[in-house]
Amino acid sequence: MITDVAPGPDTGRVHRHVEHVMGMPISLALRGSHADTAVGRRAWASVMDQLREVDRVFSTYRHDSVVNRLDRGELTVDQCPRDVPEVLALGRVAEDESGGAFSIWLPDDNGRRRLDPSGIVKGWAVQRASRELSALDDTDFSLSAGGDMVCHTTDPDRAPWRIGIEHPLHPGTLIAVVPVRSGAVATSGAAHRGQHIIDARTGRPARGVASVTVIGPSLTWADIDATAAYAHGREAADWLRARIGRTALVVWPDATTTIIDGAAHPVPASQARPMG
Amino acid sequence: MKRIVLWLASTATVLVLLFGYRTSTNATPLSAGASIASAGRAGATSAAPSSTSSSGTSTAADASTAAGASTAAASASPSSTSPAAAAAATTSYTGSVAQTRWGPVQVDITVSAGHISAVDVVQYPQGNGRDQQINAYALPILVQDTLNAQSAKIDMVSGATVTSNGYVQSLQSALDQAGL
Repeated sequence: MITDVAPGPDTGRVHRHVEHVMGMPISLALRGSHADTAVGRRAWASVMDQLREVDRVFSTYRHDSVVNRLDRGELTVDQCPRDVPEVLALGRVAEDESGGAFSIWLPDDNGRRRLDPSGIVKGWAVQRASRELSALDDTDFSLSAGGDMVCHTTDPDRAPWRIGIEHPLHPGTLIAVVPVRSGAVATSGAAHRGQHIIDARTGRPARGVASVTVIGPSLTWADIDATAAYAHGREAADWLRARIGRTALVVWPDATTTIIDGAAHPVPASQARPMG
Repeated sequence: MKRIVLWLASTATVLVLLFGYRTSTNATPLSAGASIASAGRAGATSAAPSSTSSSGTSTAADASTAAGASTAAASASPSSTSPAAAAAATTSYTGSVAQTRWGPVQVDITVSAGHISAVDVVQYPQGNGRDQQINAYALPILVQDTLNAQSAKIDMVSGATVTSNGYVQSLQSALDQAGL
């Protein structure tokens, strides 16, 4: 098991950027050759351009967004940008794999199911936008959207990024630290926005868990899995254990924790060799 | 050299997993797998991975392409589909691989077929000691209550979603300001 959490040799100065889009802060930490070059800044500008375009298409807060027009029946899926069917397809997979606890069709105040792909879009969009940064030569980055991030380290001898996991019951303090070289970290919890994660099976807020952090290779799925696990409430840890290779931290309402080692639980035979 | 071998092994395994990814759910990933296989058979000239990939070093891209070609050729036969139909079904395939000492394989693949896309493969190769190491992500380390961001020497904060309104008071904001 990896325990080298201490900062390693010369990692260079970390350069940071912050901008806001999709109603949340996007924070970037860069180190290495392009941490402070025009090329690096252009990559960051491209990341933000991508995310602003995603917001224009997918925001549920914008009356004229593509997703809201689709939900109102003013557009068909065929008339939407190609990203829309891609996200809808991801939503179907996520709903299926979470046993219906996660859904992009959530009940509104009147009980009508509304299209709300927000639970998919952030992780998916940031993972995709991060390619602009991973194209930078000899440059490490950590790109966070409101607390969910993609990390990338180009040199194995450099220290991993150190990611603090916020204590869900005591916001502003940490409950854990996780070193990440290349991979994603996503946390779902209720600390900052109240009870906002719905168990789509019941249509009611999930209960029985304070926060779920998932560490994995892709923010798309780390984010989905963190939300889906949270939606499972007391079964959050059990559900995560049944996923393939997810490393995770579950914090319970009484501040006890469960750590799930993604490398320790073998892939079920049905998922390991699905060919044929 | 050993690293290259790790590369080939891991990429090959991931591709094998890709071929079978969620085949039981619907037909789209099947055709995706088949089309990638056909690209490999064609000699990997038009190998989709390079068209949209923007990650990794050129060494990494070469290694993964090579592995993709050979794996595709080796395992394509059981599920051979019409290459033409399969190629038409695939509109994008992005390989994004990052190698580190521990070899976490980061592969993000998007496949579009008509209106439907099956998105990234996040399976880990498992089953032997080497694969276990490839899979290894460090576990979160619990810290003392009330440990603040400064004393923990962290780079970023992961937590429940911070909105733009709440950002000013957030831990991440403190980190960002410290670094600006």
